[in-house]
Amino acid sequence: MPYYLDFSPGMFLVLAFAGYGLGAVGALAFWKHPRGAGWWSFGCAGLAAVGGLLSALSALTGAGRGAVCQVELPSLIAYIPLTLRLDALGAFFVLVVSLLGVAVSLYSLGYARELEGRKSVAALGAFYNVMLAAITLVFAAGNAFLFLIAWEVMALTAFLLVSFEYEKPETRDAGVLFFVMSHIGTGCLILGFLLLFQACGSYSFADFHNLGEKLPPGKRDAVFLLFLVGFGVKAGLVPLHIWLPAAHPVAPSNVSALMSGVLIKTGIYGMTRVFFDFLGAPPNWWGVTVLAIGTVSAVLGVLYALMEHDLKRLLAYHSIENIGIILMGLGAALMFLHSGHPALASLALLAGLYHTMNHAVFKALLFLGAGAVVQQTHTRNMEDMGGLARRMGWTSAFFLVGAAAISALPPLNGFVSEWLTYQSLLQGFGTTESLIRLMFPIGGALLALTGALAAACFVKAFGITFLAQPRGEGARRAREASCSMLLGQGLLTAACVFLGLCPILFLKVLDPVTQQLTGLQLSGQLNAADGLVLSTGKPEAGTISMAGVALAGLGLLLVPLVLWLALGRRTKARIGPTWDCGQQGLTPQMEYTATGFSKPIRMIFKALFRPRREVQREYDFSPFYATTIRFESHVEEVFQTRIYRPLNRQVLRLSRRLRVLQAGSLQAYLIYIFITLVVLLLFAL
Amino acid sequence: MNLNPIAIVLQTVLLLLLAPLMTGLIRNWKAKLQNRRGPPFWQPYLDLIKFLRKDMVISEHASWVFRAAPCVVFVSALLAGLMTPMLTAQAPLSLFGGVLVVVGLLALGRFFLALGGLDPGSAFGGMGSSREMTIAAIAEPAMMMAVFTVAIGASSTDLSQMARASLGPAWRLFNPAHVMAFVAMFIVLLAETGRIPVDNPATHLELTMIHEAMLLEYSGRYLAFMEWGASIKQLVLMTLLSNVFLPIGIATVATPAALALSALAFMAKLLVLAAAVVLVETTNAKLRLFRVPDLLSAAFVLATLALLSTFLFR
Repeated sequence: MPYYLDFSPGMFLVLAFAGYGLGAVGALAFWKHPRGAGWWSFGCAGLAAVGGLLSALSALTGAGRGAVCQVELPSLIAYIPLTLRLDALGAFFVLVVSLLGVAVSLYSLGYARELEGRKSVAALGAFYNVMLAAITLVFAAGNAFLFLIAWEVMALTAFLLVSFEYEKPETRDAGVLFFVMSHIGTGCLILGFLLLFQACGSYSFADFHNLGEKLPPGKRDAVFLLFLVGFGVKAGLVPLHIWLPAAHPVAPSNVSALMSGVLIKTGIYGMTRVFFDFLGAPPNWWGVTVLAIGTVSAVLGVLYALMEHDLKRLLAYHSIENIGIILMGLGAALMFLHSGHPALASLALLAGLYHTMNHAVFKALLFLGAGAVVQQTHTRNMEDMGGLARRMGWTSAFFLVGAAAISALPPLNGFVSEWLTYQSLLQGFGTTESLIRLMFPIGGALLALTGALAAACFVKAFGITFLAQPRGEGARRAREASCSMLLGQGLLTAACVFLGLCPILFLKVLDPVTQQLTGLQLSGQLNAADGLVLSTGKPEAGTISMAGVALAGLGLLLVPLVLWLALGRRTKARIGPTWDCGQQGLTPQMEYTATGFSKPIRMIFKALFRPRREVQREYDFSPFYATTIRFESHVEEVFQTRIYRPLNRQVLRLSRRLRVLQAGSLQAYLIYIFITLVVLLLFAL
Repeated sequence: MNLNPIAIVLQTVLLLLLAPLMTGLIRNWKAKLQNRRGPPFWQPYLDLIKFLRKDMVISEHASWVFRAAPCVVFVSALLAGLMTPMLTAQAPLSLFGGVLVVVGLLALGRFFLALGGLDPGSAFGGMGSSREMTIAAIAEPAMMMAVFTVAIGASSTDLSQMARASLGPAWRLFNPAHVMAFVAMFIVLLAETGRIPVDNPATHLELTMIHEAMLLEYSGRYLAFMEWGASIKQLVLMTLLSNVFLPIGIATVATPAALALSALAFMAKLLVLAAAVVLVETTNAKLRLFRVPDLLSAAFVLATLALLSTFLFR
C-alpha cells in the first residue's frame, strides 16, 4: 500500500508538510488582506502541527512503535536523494515541535490582529509556516543533504523573522549577529558530515549508525568537537550563546516562543543524534566536557538572566540555563555509557529528554505570556510594568504556572525532570572510583544553586511585572489578552500540569527513544505503583509522586478551612491602603524595582558582573534635597568584551590584509582559478 | 511503602502543635539568657488564636496572589513535614517524595512568600523578598551538599531510608562526615529560619528585617497561616537535622515502647537544638547582608569536605 493511504506516521508527516506549504503559499495569496492572511496561515499551521503530532504519537506509541518510517520524496537534484526518515528520536522531537506548533498557532490567531495595518501579517504567517516546516524537516531528515538544506532554511527564516521589525537598529544588529553565528555553526556541521562521509562513503543517516567504532580516535574526537561547536551555537551553549539573548527578544513574541521552545532544541537533537546514534562508545572526556559545559551554561545563564529588566531578554537567558540543565543529563549519560552502566545512562538520557520537552512547554508558555504583556503595555522594560495581575487575570495565572514550573517547584513538570537529573547525578557517584566522580555531587549542588537563582529570578519577573501598582501608562491601560491568545497559553499550562502529574504516561512515549539509543526501556522499571509514583528503577532509592503531592496538598487545605470555620467565621476583610510610613500615600515610584530586586545578587557575584554605576545629582541648596538625580548602572558583558570583541578585531584586521587578493582584476582571478586547479590535480594524483 | 491514614493524621497534628511550641521556647529561653523575663513559651498559641479571630485589612494594591500565598506557604510546609520522619523512621508520605521534594516544597513556600511580600507595593516587602530569595539561593548549594553526603551513603534520597541507613552499622557518633554535614546543615538552618547571624526575628527595624518585612501587610488569619507556616518550616528543618543527621533513638518499628522512647529522644534532641539556636542568637551579632555569603560558603565548603571524607576515610 502506498504511504499516502495507510494511517502511518509517514502519511501524517507528509500531510503536515502539505499543511505548512499551503499555509505559506496561501498567506502570500492574501497579501493585501491581513485578516484573511492571519486566519489562513496560522489556521493551516495549527492543523499541520496536529498532523505532526499524530505522526509523532503514532510512531512512538502505536503497535509498530519504534519502527523506522522512511519516505522517499521525488528528488529534483541528481545524486541527492531526499529521504524522510522518522525514527524514535526524530519522532520525539517532532512531538515537541508539533505540540508547540498547535499552541503557538492558536495564540498567533489573536496576536496577529494587533499587527494589522502596522506590519505585514502575510509575511509573518508565510515565514512562520516555513520555519515550522523546516524545523520538522530537520528532525525527519534521513540524510546529511536534506538535513543541511532544512537546517539552512530554518536559519534563514529565523533570520527573517528576527528581523521582522527591521526599522529598529537593535533588531537589525541582532539579526546579523544571529546570521553570522548560525553560519559559523553550519560550517562546523558541514565539516563534521564530510568526515563521517569519508568513513562510510554515504550521506545516509542509516549508514552513519555506530560509525564511531570505525573511525580512528583522533578523527572521532574531531567529529565530536565539530558537532559540539556546530550544534552548540544553535543550542546557545556558553560561550557560544551571545546571539541568543540578542535575537530572541526582538522577534515577534509567537516566534520568540518557537525559537526558545524548539529552534534551539535542534541543537540538542543534533547532539543526541550524533553522540548517541552516530558515534557511540564515548571516551570519558566527552561526557566530562558536556557535563561541565552544561553546568557552566546553567549557572551563567541564570545569573545573567537575573541582571535583566527586559522581560523577553530575561526569558532568553533562561533558555541558556535550561539548555545547560539538559546537557547535564546528556553529559552524565555519556559518562555512564563510557563506564558501562547502560541503565543509568538511559536514566540520565531520559532526564535530559524530559527536560527538553518541559523546557519547550514552559518557555513557550512564558514567552506567550510575555507577548501578551508586551502587546498591552507597549514596552519590554519591566520597570514600566506592574499591577497586571489585576488587569490581566488569566494571563497572570498562566504566567505564574510557567514561572513555578521553570523554577523547578513541585508539583509541576520542571521539578520532575530536575529530580531525574539529580537522581542520575547522585547514582553516578558510585560508577567510578576516580576523583572525577566528585563532578556529580558538585554538579548537583550547582543545579540546586541554579534552581534557587531561577526561583529568585522568577519572583522578580512575575512580581515586578504583574504585582503591586502599575509603574507606567501602558501598564495602567492594559486589558486582558484576546480569547485565542488565552487558549494558546491555557493549552501549554495544561501541558505543564499534565507532564508534572503523570510522568509515567509521558515516559512510555520515550521508551522507543531509549530503546533506540541505549537498548533499554525504562518506563516499566520507573513505574513504582499504579502509574502515579515515579522511582529511579529501585523504589528504595527514592520515589516521587507529584499527583500524590497535589492531592495531599488539596487535602491539607482542610486544615485552614476548619480553622476558619471554627474560629474566624465572623471576621471581615477590609480593603485599606498599604502602610506608607505616614506619608501622603504610596506612589509607584516607591515600589521596589527589578534592578533593586537583583542588587544583592549583583553585589555577591560582582567578580563576574563587574557592576559600574554613575550617580549625578543636581541641587539648589543642599545635597539632601536634589532637584534631579541621574542614575546609571551597567553590568559588564564579559563574553562580549573579553572574547568576541578582540576576536572581531583580529578577524577584521586579517580580512583587511586579505582584501589585496580581491583586487577586481579579471586576470588575477583567472590566475587564482588556474592555481587552484593545479593544486587540486596535484592532490588527486 | 503504604500510606497509613492514621500516621498521616497523627503527624499532621504533631506538626501543628509542636511548631509553635518550638518558636515559643526559643523566644522564652532567649529572653532568659538576656536577663529579660520574656513571653511565656505558650505565647505563640495565644497569638495564633488571636490572629485567627481578628478582622483583616488587605492592601488596595494587592491581587489574588496576595490571598493565595498564605495557604500555599502553610500547606507546603505541612506537606514537607509529612515527608520527614518524626517519631518513626517511616515518614507517612515518604512514598510521595524524599528529601528533594522536601527542599522543593520549602522552595515553593518561599516563592509564594516572596510574591506575597511584593504584591502590596510597599518598598519594605520588596526589600524583604529580594533578600530572602538571595539568601535562599546561596544557602541552597550548602544544603544540597550536606544532604547528598547522607543520601550517597544511604544510596537513597528517601528520608526514611536515609534515617535507617544513618542508624545502621556504618554510623558512628564522631564520623567526620556526619559531624561536618551536621554543622553545615545547622548553618543552613539558621539562614533558612531567619535566625540571628542572618536575620533578626525580633526586629521591626526597616533596614534589617527580612522575613518580617514580607509579612508587614498581612493581618488576621492570613498572618496566622504565614506565622504558623514559618514555625512549621523551622520544625521541619530541625527534625531533618535531628532525625536524619543524628538519628539516635528513632523508632524503626511502631511498638508502643519504641514509640515512647523515640518521642523522648526526639523531644530531647529538639530541645538541645533549640538551646543551640538560642546560644548562637545571643552570643552573635547580626551580620551585614553582604557578609552572609561568607558564612554560607563556609557551610558549603564544610559540606563538600564531609562528602570527600565519606570516601577518604572508608
